[in-house]
Amino acid sequence: MSTQAAPLLEKPRKRSSATLYEVVVPLLATAAGFLVWEAICKAFSVPAYLVPAPSEILTETLAIGPTVLGHSLATLKTVLLGFIVSILISLPLAVLLTASPAIAAALYPFLVWTQSIPKVALAPILVVVLGSNELPRIVITVLVAFFPLVNSSATGLMSVPPELLELSRACRASKWSELWRIRLPYAIPFIFSGLKVAISLAVVGAVVAEFVNADAGLGFLIVTSTAFFKVPVAFGALIILSVMGVVLFQIVVIVERVFFPWSTGNAMLAS
Amino acid sequence: MISLNRVTRVFESRDGDRITALEDVSLSIRDNEFVTLVGPSGCGKSTMLRIVAGLILPTAGTASIGGVPITEPRSETGIVFQAPTLLPWASVMDNVLFPLRMMHKMDSTSIDKAAALLKLVGLSGFEGKSPRELSGGMQQRVAICRALVHEPDILLMDEPFGALDALTREEMTMELLRIWGERPKTVLFVTHSITEAVVLADRVVVMSPRPGRIAEIIEVKSSRPRSFHVEGDADFHDASRRIRALIFGQKHVDPSRAAA
Repeated sequence: MSTQAAPLLEKPRKRSSATLYEVVVPLLATAAGFLVWEAICKAFSVPAYLVPAPSEILTETLAIGPTVLGHSLATLKTVLLGFIVSILISLPLAVLLTASPAIAAALYPFLVWTQSIPKVALAPILVVVLGSNELPRIVITVLVAFFPLVNSSATGLMSVPPELLELSRACRASKWSELWRIRLPYAIPFIFSGLKVAISLAVVGAVVAEFVNADAGLGFLIVTSTAFFKVPVAFGALIILSVMGVVLFQIVVIVERVFFPWSTGNAMLAS
Repeated sequence: MISLNRVTRVFESRDGDRITALEDVSLSIRDNEFVTLVGPSGCGKSTMLRIVAGLILPTAGTASIGGVPITEPRSETGIVFQAPTLLPWASVMDNVLFPLRMMHKMDSTSIDKAAALLKLVGLSGFEGKSPRELSGGMQQRVAICRALVHEPDILLMDEPFGALDALTREEMTMELLRIWGERPKTVLFVTHSITEAVVLADRVVVMSPRPGRIAEIIEVKSSRPRSFHVEGDADFHDASRRIRALIFGQKHVDPSRAAA
């Protein structure tokens, strides 16, 4: 019983030190970074069209606040749609890849091919093929984001201890219930590590797509504002993009913790 | 009754080499008999277990249970592996119920059955715990409950206590004898430990490697119920010494006497 009681006693302290390290310290460090940046810009009188100070970025971006908000929402829409489509493609694809070596051998060349194409070069071609609308942006986002998710999901599906698969066979379970009751749950930690990479890459993909073809979005805002030397606004868009990336990443982390607590626990044990 | 008749199993490795894991093995196991398989690595113990489980088929010869040839896994067999391999996302109770779910055999009595088994292994009150809250020994107890929940008549155990520390191992050995006493069934138990093999078994099947054959089958006459006190018995001593001689003095064993 003593070994059972010990972790219970430790929990509150663990939780408070976790908040300290996961929230307080990073926020303080970020704030300190901005302060140093501000101080350097002020001390050396760096011109705003080269490297604007954080205060200038803030005022100039807020000055066109509603416009920036519109662009942010446009980018967020592309990121989320691209991310969702990536999931919808990647999970079945991972199941297919792990279903048989023949299917894997047939599909992998295509996957590698989609990854070896430079997406920036592909983007203008896709616009011609698919038209100047949301579709090519989503396609680019998916092409940038989906591959790590397929890979880690496939790895996860293959990570089941062979004994459990033998047990499943000994229970005369169907391939379907083996997938549903053993392989997929086992893959959850791997799927989530893929999702974390995919959500970050989805932001990158959306911006790449917006550089090439868009009339809205933060990528579009960066292109147009730098063209008119409104560098503080471009920096503002950049900061919003990185914040968007961090927030979306954290949402994935929280979803994993809330719905699959055993998954994060295992990851911690493994590392 | 489990019966193996001149069973040979050959595996083909990826580069085309043929490895004979089991060669010409014949063995009959009575109902409710406790048989242990002991021998060095590569002697085909696990292969034999998997043939009885129906997970792999013999290359030659026949394996049958109650006169019916084993061609696929049968639902009246329970298996315990060296690693507990519990589902990390499921509670202890759900882990025990897992085979019933996989077999679509859940009914109103299932939970009571699982709870009774957990009580039998001393894990009452742990039903809602997660496997990672349990020690290695406790996890293996859950794995044993999982193997028994569908009331199999045959229990196959592949070095089930191999990953446990020495003290837990002895404790689990006694526990298993007690469970077997309360719920008799045919047990085929693979182990590397000679002491474990002798304490548990009605008969110890000593195997020799490359190719895997039965070197000798040794009857253990010590009376039941047993404990590790039988280590002092003359019967126990004779059996252990004979097994050691067979395993470590392998060259002096005449292979023609192998099939018993």
